[in-house]
This record gives sequence, structure tokens and C-alpha cells, in this order.
Amino acid sequence: MFKTYARITNIIGDIAELDAPGVAYGELAHIVNTNGESSLAQVIRIDRDKISLQVFAGAKGLSTHSKVRFLGHPMEVPFADAMLGRIFNGSGLPIDGKPPMDDAPEVEIAGPSVNPVMRVIPQNFIETRIPMIDVFNPLVESQKLPIFSSAGEPYNELLARVGLQAHADVIILGGIGLKFDEYILFRKSFEEGGVMDRTVMFVHTAADPVVERLLVPDLALAVAERFGIEGKRVLVLLTDMTAFADALKEISVAMEQVPSNLGYPGSLYSDLASRYEKAVDFEGAGSITILAVTTMPGNDVTHPVPDNTGYITEGQYYLNNGVIHPFGSLSRLKQLVIGKVTREDHGAVMNAMIRLYAKALESKKKISMGFEKTETDERYLKYADLFEARFMDLRVDTPLNDALDRGWQTMAECFSRREVGIKKDLLETYWPKSADSSDEAADDDEEGKANAAG
Amino acid sequence: MTQAGNTIGKVVGINGNLVSVEVTQGADVLQNEVAYVDLEGIKLKSEVIKVQDRICHLQVFEDTRGIRVGMPVEFTGEMLVVELAPGVLNNIYDGLQNPLKELDNKNGFFLKRGQYLPAISLKKKWRFHPTAKPGEVVRAGSWLGWVPEQHFKHRIMAPFGMLGTATVESVVPEGDYEVRDTVAVLTDDQGHKINVTMYQTWPVKKAIKAYKQRLYPEEQLVTACRIIDTMFPVGRGGVACIPGPFGAGKTVLQHLLSKFAQVDIVIVVACGERAGEVVELIYEFPEMDDPKTGGKLMERTIIICNTSSMPVAARDASIYTGVTLGEYYRQMGYDVLVLADSTSRWAQAMREMSGRLEEIPGEEAFPAYLESRVANIYERAGLVELQNGDNGAVTLIGTVSPAGGNFEEPVTQATLKVVGAFLGLSRSRSDQRRFPAIDPLDSWSLYLDQLKDSLDRDLDPHWVEMVTHASSTLRRSSEVSKMMTVVGEEGISIGDLVTYLKGEMLDMAYLQQNAFDDVDAATPMKRQVRDFKLLYEAMSADFDFETKLQARQFFAELQDAFYQKNYVAEDSEDYRKYEEQIRKMLQEGASRV
Repeated sequence: MFKTYARITNIIGDIAELDAPGVAYGELAHIVNTNGESSLAQVIRIDRDKISLQVFAGAKGLSTHSKVRFLGHPMEVPFADAMLGRIFNGSGLPIDGKPPMDDAPEVEIAGPSVNPVMRVIPQNFIETRIPMIDVFNPLVESQKLPIFSSAGEPYNELLARVGLQAHADVIILGGIGLKFDEYILFRKSFEEGGVMDRTVMFVHTAADPVVERLLVPDLALAVAERFGIEGKRVLVLLTDMTAFADALKEISVAMEQVPSNLGYPGSLYSDLASRYEKAVDFEGAGSITILAVTTMPGNDVTHPVPDNTGYITEGQYYLNNGVIHPFGSLSRLKQLVIGKVTREDHGAVMNAMIRLYAKALESKKKISMGFEKTETDERYLKYADLFEARFMDLRVDTPLNDALDRGWQTMAECFSRREVGIKKDLLETYWPKSADSSDEAADDDEEGKANAAG
Repeated sequence: MTQAGNTIGKVVGINGNLVSVEVTQGADVLQNEVAYVDLEGIKLKSEVIKVQDRICHLQVFEDTRGIRVGMPVEFTGEMLVVELAPGVLNNIYDGLQNPLKELDNKNGFFLKRGQYLPAISLKKKWRFHPTAKPGEVVRAGSWLGWVPEQHFKHRIMAPFGMLGTATVESVVPEGDYEVRDTVAVLTDDQGHKINVTMYQTWPVKKAIKAYKQRLYPEEQLVTACRIIDTMFPVGRGGVACIPGPFGAGKTVLQHLLSKFAQVDIVIVVACGERAGEVVELIYEFPEMDDPKTGGKLMERTIIICNTSSMPVAARDASIYTGVTLGEYYRQMGYDVLVLADSTSRWAQAMREMSGRLEEIPGEEAFPAYLESRVANIYERAGLVELQNGDNGAVTLIGTVSPAGGNFEEPVTQATLKVVGAFLGLSRSRSDQRRFPAIDPLDSWSLYLDQLKDSLDRDLDPHWVEMVTHASSTLRRSSEVSKMMTVVGEEGISIGDLVTYLKGEMLDMAYLQQNAFDDVDAATPMKRQVRDFKLLYEAMSADFDFETKLQARQFFAELQDAFYQKNYVAEDSEDYRKYEEQIRKMLQEGASRV
């Protein structure tokens, strides 16, 4: 019933045009080139009989006499539990050497959006064992959070660690424009970490055709959605969404759309939002949490991709100089879990430690400007060093409660109870007993040490 | 208007959500009329946005996947309308006024395309109380009776589209009626009979003008947010915008306004924003008390929610839908606040369509008509005198999400030209955790002058003068602060330091407000006057300190007293004590002179 066409009239970029009546918008086509290579393609514009096809494998070497067969359905992805442990490419075909998922039912990709009234307010904490995340900007189930970073930063290592340590039921990795080495890194660390059997990977490497890049988030999220509806808590890791946006740019320019900002299409916000908004906590079923990497060209947060992303997501982590920056980072949903599902002192420790670290940086700045170093400065400097070593260092791997305890310990090593600005009842419960017997003693002690040092 | 009802066409092209249709039967097509694309039985709602000879271009309010050339299209002959009737309040709608809670029962987790439900229940009976008498002469918008809706008298009005005058022929007696039952019969100038029901529709893109005249806003809309009410007031029936980069607290501020603004009805339009934000409203509002009516907050609220992943064309409609519902309740003499979050997403929706229509782009690819559309929507706010002499108001506050936080971009600039108050949020203030992050130096409000008479009459005879003076102190304080970063505290005089400290005190202890504290989150106007006057006293007092340390210590203590006072209820003993403490400190400080 599906007619084959053998005459492509125009090829512009990765878009092929041909005359074919009765085709549906968004329909998938199968193209077989004269040299035998084949690719899927999607209908992206119809003008009477003229059909524009976006060729997934790219139009390089495409012959005008290629055979085009329309498949009668839009892009779909197989879905089955057997997908766990498997690796697919941007067209949804396996690349792990194992057989294709021929028997699995197909599900629609980029499906409709969730009815807002069917969402619930997120309330579960996801422990990552990374103190800069757990203590200061905890990740909440069903949150969508990007890691704002730039080239050369260890964002993929960070993403892989979160995947390994976050205790999700299902992990779905969407690799978009990955370097081959990065792909291997993810695969190796997931295999070695023993989570591969609950992971599905959709990997598009930088060597693959650009159109397939566009599909990776949709494939990953469509599968995530199915697992979510089945009651699974799904963690979706996407890297790098800037490569996704760049693919959008390439396609839209080839489509002769008027660009809005730095060549990106005017629909960039909606295009990103329709993916990120798949993060959801289904009432009475599972959830989807999205952690994505957005590399900032030139480390510039006002670049259209991070800028639009920031408006869509519920906060961001700044990964800069190998550490998650405590000030620019933000988890908008953290109030929903801090002190409610986490320990009662969490909020107080978080605020006090950040405030003290901010002051410590002021001291550093003051000293670097040539002002005199006071004994108070000494203590703040010591605190800054401890904070950076015990919390900011990405190698630190510790559960939240241990990190909180260590926070109390660190504060007690540098300051007296009075200086930390924490409510009395919390101080009484959590201030390390070994640190001091009374406030006075602590103050004297600190004075003594400072004098001795001076 | 309805003679075009049987126009039929077929699809000839599809590009994203733009569908081109060739008219095959009938000829009359209206610009902006609604048409349905028939996708194998699923009818997709669309709007005509361009007519070129026999080809019409439709923006489809749904996903267009699966549409084929040749599929039939029915034109309705009617523009995109909202349904106006009792039962609109306390609802959550999408941009096309589909009740999302009702959809939820039918469609599970997802919004399936092509599902449209009546905005209100057509079967529910309402207790109608007639007020008009036979023989009375009425105009469009005249009140004929009312039904109780939540805590309001929902007026039943003569149809808004009626021309000239009409005479009331009959009105039904008090009783229970469905919204589409006839409750009154009018006879117009030409002798035509008009059956009036409690239900009417109105095209969203046209303003409802069934009132006597527009009035000049001369009164303040109290938001209970100190920096707005005191420094940058918004007029009742006025327009304001809140631009700000991401993470500057736009959402929290919007939520505060929707909770605490002293108006009758609030319409929140979540246009292209995160669904999660709306979810908070959906769960919180039905629980929260509305101090004005004694009911729940949700009972005075309508939420229009076309979040970022919902179809873009419906996003364009959502703000119009919100404003039209606002106008409807204004016709009943209510004070309505419409919060549009965010107008940038709405403008982007316009940009996407304009691009598909291959129009010549303006700045940043926004269409050339961006400014006039923005102006048009803001102009629909206003204070009006109704047919019976009462008045009603729609106040519109729109947020703007400028790309890169840069206010030079076209949407912010177009908005600034038409609003009366600019409440600009700044990244640097939010980084310093100074919330609400409305920049007190960059923001402005024309209403401070416009409302001067009423402010000076109702609040304090010198109110505007005091506010102006306080803001100039703030400006000088910031200059001193900049100077200090260069020359250090040693480099400035004690007098300058005191100015700086006064400005900081105003900022820290008055302009900033803790949204998460029960008391501090909302300050009624009466208390603002009391708090501000005392603070103003402190700011205009002369102090003579011997050392800078002395000045700093004095202000640290004074500022703390003001700050702590914010957290205690006005009628509490503590509040009185803080006031007393502050007075005493001021006396002591002044006596040193």
C-alpha cells in the first residue's frame, strides 16, 4: 500500500524534497540511496504535493534517484523492559551489537504534554552523595535541572556519577553530539558501577548525522515517559543540550527560517521547553527527573541557549573550574525537601555555611587588596580551605547526613557558636560536644589560638 | 456574522502549526475566524490568520502531526470566543478556555488533541434574582439581575454586542435556571426581540466596551508589597510590568500579588511558563483563606494555564482569554487584577507564527506589529464607569522575560512605552538575596504623580513628598556606596556615611520583604503608612556622630529594631515595644546634636 518514489527534486542541507501526494505531516519515510545506504526521514513541510523530508542520516551523497518509501506513521521508538541494558543510536536502532527490538511495541515520540492538573507537587529528595548538590542545592524528584558548564569541565564525569549514585529505578542517558571517548566513558562507568542493567542509552556521537541529534532527547524522554507511567522513578541524563540547540539552528537555517538571536530559531524556547517539561511526577505513578548538561559558549550565561534554558528549568548547577559553584547554583525546588524530608538542621547548616563562605571570600579579597590580615580573617581563611576541601571538591563522596555532620564539625573547628548565626535549639543538639564545653571557653580558646598564631 | 457558517475548504499545505487551506465551498471567510481541520474524525481547532485570495492560512491550536493534503476544513464563521456565564470563577483553563480539571477525568495524564469541553457547566442551575423591571430602557452591559457565584453577585447583563438601546419586555421571577434558559426578553430600537440568557460569548481579540466611559485612574491598587505600594504604586485600573532575568524572583512576586492584592477577582495567566509553578497555585489556592470574602483564595481566582510545552498558538490566545474574562467581571463592577506571566512567551508565540507566514521580520525577528499588539493588550486594562454609574477596573500586571536579562530587547521596550509602572527586577539584587528584587533605583511609577491627590488625602498629607525624598536619599546612598568601593570607608565623611546608612536602612528594613514569613509577606496599607512614617522620621533626623564606628553601631541597632518589627503583628505588644524602642533611640540620637 505504500508507494515508492524514485525522484528527489531538491536537496538543501539535510532536507530532501520530492513530489508525493497524500503524505501526512510528521510521517516517517525510508530512503534507500543508489549506493544501497538507507536512512529514515521525517516530513517537515508539505506544500500541495511537494514534500520536504528531513533526512536523519544527512543528505551527504544522497542521490536524486534514491528510493523513498513512506511508512504511514510518525517517528516511534520501541518500548519494552528488554530495553534495559541496551544502547541505541539517534534513530532508535541498536548499536551494541545485539539484535534489534523487533517485537517490542512502538510508542510515539514527542507526545502530548501532561495535563497540569494531573501533576503533583514534588516532594522526594534524590540523594546524589555529592555535598554541593545534596547539602546546598538538593535535587528533587521530577525536577529539571541543567548543569551550566563549559568546554573542558568534567561535566560528563559529574553526570555519570549522579547516574551511578542517585538510586533511580531506571536511568536513561541521552548523549547528543558526544565525543566517542565520552560515550565509552559513560558505558564503562555504568557497567563498572553495576547500573547498566537498569539503564537505556541513546547515543549520538559527534560523527553521526546532525539530524539524529535532534531525535535523541525525544527518544530518551518517550521511553522515560512509558517507564514513568508504569510507576518507575526515572532519571534522564542529557548531554549536551547546547549541541541539540545547535542542531536546531542548522536545520532551521536550511529551512530558510528567519533566525532570532545568534542564528537560533525563534522557537528555541518552545523547542527546549517541550523537552524539559517532560519532567513530571505522575499522580499515583512514577516520575521523570531530568539532569542535563548545557555548555555555555564562551562561558557566557546570557548566550541564547543557557539563557532560554534558565527560564525553563527549575534552577541550575554552575560547574566551573572543576567545582559546583555555591553561589550561582540554585535548586528552585529545594524548599520542598529541606528540613521536611531531610534532617531538621539541613536548612540552618546550608545557610550558615554559605554565609560564612561568602564572608571568607570577602576576607580573601580584602587581603589580596593589601589590607591587614586580622585574627578573624585567619579563621575565615581556614574555614574557606576546609570548605573547599571537604565540600566543594568533586571527589568527595558522602551521604547527606554525614555531610551535615561534617558541616557542623567544620564550623566548630573555625568558629564559636555565636559566630555561626544558627538558632539555639539546633546548636544544642548538633554543635559538636568535643569542640567546646561552653561558649566562653570556645571564645577564649579561639582568642588563645589566634594570639599564639600571631 | 454567521452567514459564513457553511464555508468549507481542504488542506493544501502544512508547515509546523501553520496549515494552508483552499476554500472549496462558500466564499465568506473572516480574518481570525475559527475553523476546524478534520483529521480523520479528530477536529483540530484553528484560527484564520491570513487570507490570500482562495487560500487561507490557519494557525492550528494543536499538534499538526498526521494532517494530510486534502483533509476537509470547516469554517465556523465565528471568531475565537470565550464563554461568559456564572461558573467561570474557581476554574483552571487552558489558553482556549477548556476546563483542565474536567479534561483530566476524561483523558488521563495527557492532553489529547481535539478535545474541547464547555468552559462552564451548562446543566447546573443558578438562583436568579431579577433586578430590572419591564419597561426599563437598557443598553449593552446593563444589569438585569444576578445569581450568587462563590461570594459574588454575578450580574446577568444585556448582551455586550447589542447596539443602541432596548426596552425590557419581561424578566423571569426569582428561581433556579440553567445558564442557557431565557431570563429576560428585550426589544431593541428596531423592534426585534432579544432573548437574554445567563450565557454569552465574546471574541477574545475584541475589547468589551459595554460601559459609559473610561475613567482616569486616581486610586491605588494595594498589593501589600511595600516597595510597590510605597515607592512605585500601581493605579487601580492601571498597567505595570515586571521584567527580570531568570532566577530574580518573578514567580514568587507574581504569587504574592495573586495572593495578597486587595482586589475582588484575580486572573492568573500562566502563558508559556513552567507547569510546576501552576501546580503550586492549584494545590495552594484552594487551601488558603481570602481575608476579603472569608472564603478560599481559589474562589476568587481563575487560572489560565498554557504552559511552555503546550501548543504555541494557544499560548497566543491565552492572554487574550485572560483579559477578556477580566473585562467581563469588570462589567459587573468588580475590581479585577490580571497577572500575565509572561508576555515575552506570548510575543515569542507571535514571532513563531510570523516566521512561518514569512513576514518581513523586525528586530530580533519579532514582527513589525509587536509594539501595536503589546500596546493593544495593555490598553484593555482600565477603570470604567458602567451604565448604572458604578465603576469597575481591570488592572494588568505583565511579567517580561528579557533574553539575557537585557532590558534593551524589543518586548521590554515595547512594554515600557505603554505601562504606567516599571518594576524592574535585577540580578544583582537577587544575588544579594535582597527580595523582592525590584531595583529601587531603576524602577519607576508614573502613578506616584497621577495618584498624588488620593495618596495625600488617604495616607498622609505629605505622603508623596516623603516618598520622593526617601527615594532621593536612596539614590545618594547608592552613590556613597559606590564611592566607598573606590576610596574605602576612610575616604568619606561621617555625613556621607550617615546618608549611606540611612539608605541601607530603608532598603533592608522596609523595601525588602520576606515572602516566606507569615507576617512579613503582606503589609496592609494602613500599616505601611505607620511603618514608613516612623522610618521616614529616622531618615530625616539629623545625627551628629563623633566617629564612624559610633554611627555604624547606632544604625545597626536602629535598623535591627525596624527589621524585627516587620516580623511581628501590628496589633501585638511586641510591635508597640519596637516602636517605643525606636522612638527612644531617635530621641537619644538627636539629643547628641
